[in-house]
Amino acid sequence: MRRELGALIGFAVGALALLVLAPALLSDFRLSLLGKFVCYAIVAVGIGLAWGRGGMLTLGQGVFFGLGAYVMAMHLKLADAGPSGVPDFMKLYGSGEVPGWWEPFRSPVVTVIGVIAIPSLVALGLGAAVFRRRVRGAYFAILSQALAAAFAILLVGQHATIGGTNGLNGFRSFFGFALYDPVNKRMLFYIAASTLLVVLAIAWQLYRSRFGELLMAVRDQEERVRFLGYDPANIKIVAYVVAAAMAGVAGALFVPIVGIISPASVGVVPSIAFLIGVAIGGRSTLFGPAVGAIVVAWAQTTLSESFPSFWIYFQGALFLLVVAFLPSGLSTVASLRRRTREAT
Amino acid sequence: MNADYLELSDVRVTFDGFVAVDGVTMTVPRGDLRFLIGPNGAGKTTLVDAITGLAPATGSALFGRTELLGRKVHRIVRLGIGRTFQTATVFENLTVLQNLDIAAGAGRGPLTLLRRRSSVPAEVEEALETVGLVDVRDKPAGVLPHGQKQWLEIGMLIVQNARVLLLDEPVAGMSAQERADTGELLRRIGAERTVVVVEHDMDFMRCFADSVTVLHAGKVLSEGTVAQVQADPRVQEVYLGTAAEVGA
Repeated sequence: MRRELGALIGFAVGALALLVLAPALLSDFRLSLLGKFVCYAIVAVGIGLAWGRGGMLTLGQGVFFGLGAYVMAMHLKLADAGPSGVPDFMKLYGSGEVPGWWEPFRSPVVTVIGVIAIPSLVALGLGAAVFRRRVRGAYFAILSQALAAAFAILLVGQHATIGGTNGLNGFRSFFGFALYDPVNKRMLFYIAASTLLVVLAIAWQLYRSRFGELLMAVRDQEERVRFLGYDPANIKIVAYVVAAAMAGVAGALFVPIVGIISPASVGVVPSIAFLIGVAIGGRSTLFGPAVGAIVVAWAQTTLSESFPSFWIYFQGALFLLVVAFLPSGLSTVASLRRRTREAT
Repeated sequence: MNADYLELSDVRVTFDGFVAVDGVTMTVPRGDLRFLIGPNGAGKTTLVDAITGLAPATGSALFGRTELLGRKVHRIVRLGIGRTFQTATVFENLTVLQNLDIAAGAGRGPLTLLRRRSSVPAEVEEALETVGLVDVRDKPAGVLPHGQKQWLEIGMLIVQNARVLLLDEPVAGMSAQERADTGELLRRIGAERTVVVVEHDMDFMRCFADSVTVLHAGKVLSEGTVAQVQADPRVQEVYLGTAAEVGA
């Protein structure tokens, strides 16, 4: 019951901070930055589910983030080009014709479905191939990271069809709303913040459900779960697919808020950056990953404004400190103190 | 229900040319509390591994009319074959109740899984009672003493509706009192089930076994009641180093 109350208070505080305080206190520029961090936080909730609860150290969430982002970006480019129009960069670098696999994303409905379905299906196929063969631990981590690297290289090579290194950018509107209008930018922030709250609610329901207990059981004793008559691969696949869908949605929101998606935002380095906030915030807690992701990203921006070359050392030191002294993350400080008090 | 027995014929397990189980044939009827003994390396645990799908085997292992060999581990479990391991493996971070609830739920559909546990299932309540863990139901399983962990494992087999229980050294490391309690527990639950206990502890075997199968070098050496097996000269020979113990 106490845990129940804690979660409800957490949701109330989160909603108040994101939907009331932040828009009232922050300038448009800062609010848009926070919107970007909120996208990272959505990815982080998924990583918390897959890694914190499911024990799958996924170093390749950039792939799913990228899939969601590119689907949205393609739609925005097509919408800007008008009905049966051709996006600007294709006229410059490509054949001047829209490739067949772009066409479905002219439809807003297909786009919204694709943002969730494409990362989910890729994760489903991948999860089925990997977890059924009982690949786990460091091997899974390396595999997922290699995938992120391969995905980024693949994108870089496709200059004519998806913009190569430049990526897709210069969007003018979002489902009919002009993106240069500050009111619409605020609206985008509200959409991202509400999505984060919904994603957290989904994670909460998963954690307190029987599935959540089962997922933890698989994390701790995978073989034992098999001997209870479950196929652990199925349980891991579900968590992995949900995490991928969350990353896809985050990518799709990232595109209109930041205005660009390029291979640099989906490769190995961003995939690992997603993880740092989760580790620091507390990977197996409900709010830890999201709060950690926002705080780390915020600290990065403000600290690199004041000390441009200093941030990377600070980030490394923080990561080391947390891993060495608080392996379950900063949000476990409270329970740690409670335990020491009980022990003395 | 009269098909509820375990029938092994010519089960053979080979690892890289080494024959660990060499044509074992045995039948364990329902209600029998069968002990599987033998010197180290006799193939006792490997035989259990073969039945539960962990080690690839040839021959046949029938449960009723269903062939077990060649199926996946979790499918065999769903047919009603449960096992424990030499070291108790419970989910240390989950409570006793959660452990049992997970064990009870292999047949649950996705919708039930996505909801919270609203009440304790009757079979879980019953199992808590049977294995005597009612008082510690909300404790994390990791803090339980060794004996209670083993009982929790047996409880998990009960709620997962196992009709054949394969227990690998359940009383290893237990105190005398815990051994006696475990023996009584096995008697109680064994009445309606088929129980096979792999064991080194001869005193424990003498007290609780209905029947005994002796394995040696992967083969069945002798089978019968405790008295028959003890009187068998071949068994005494194999246990030469420990003959006094077996023959006592």
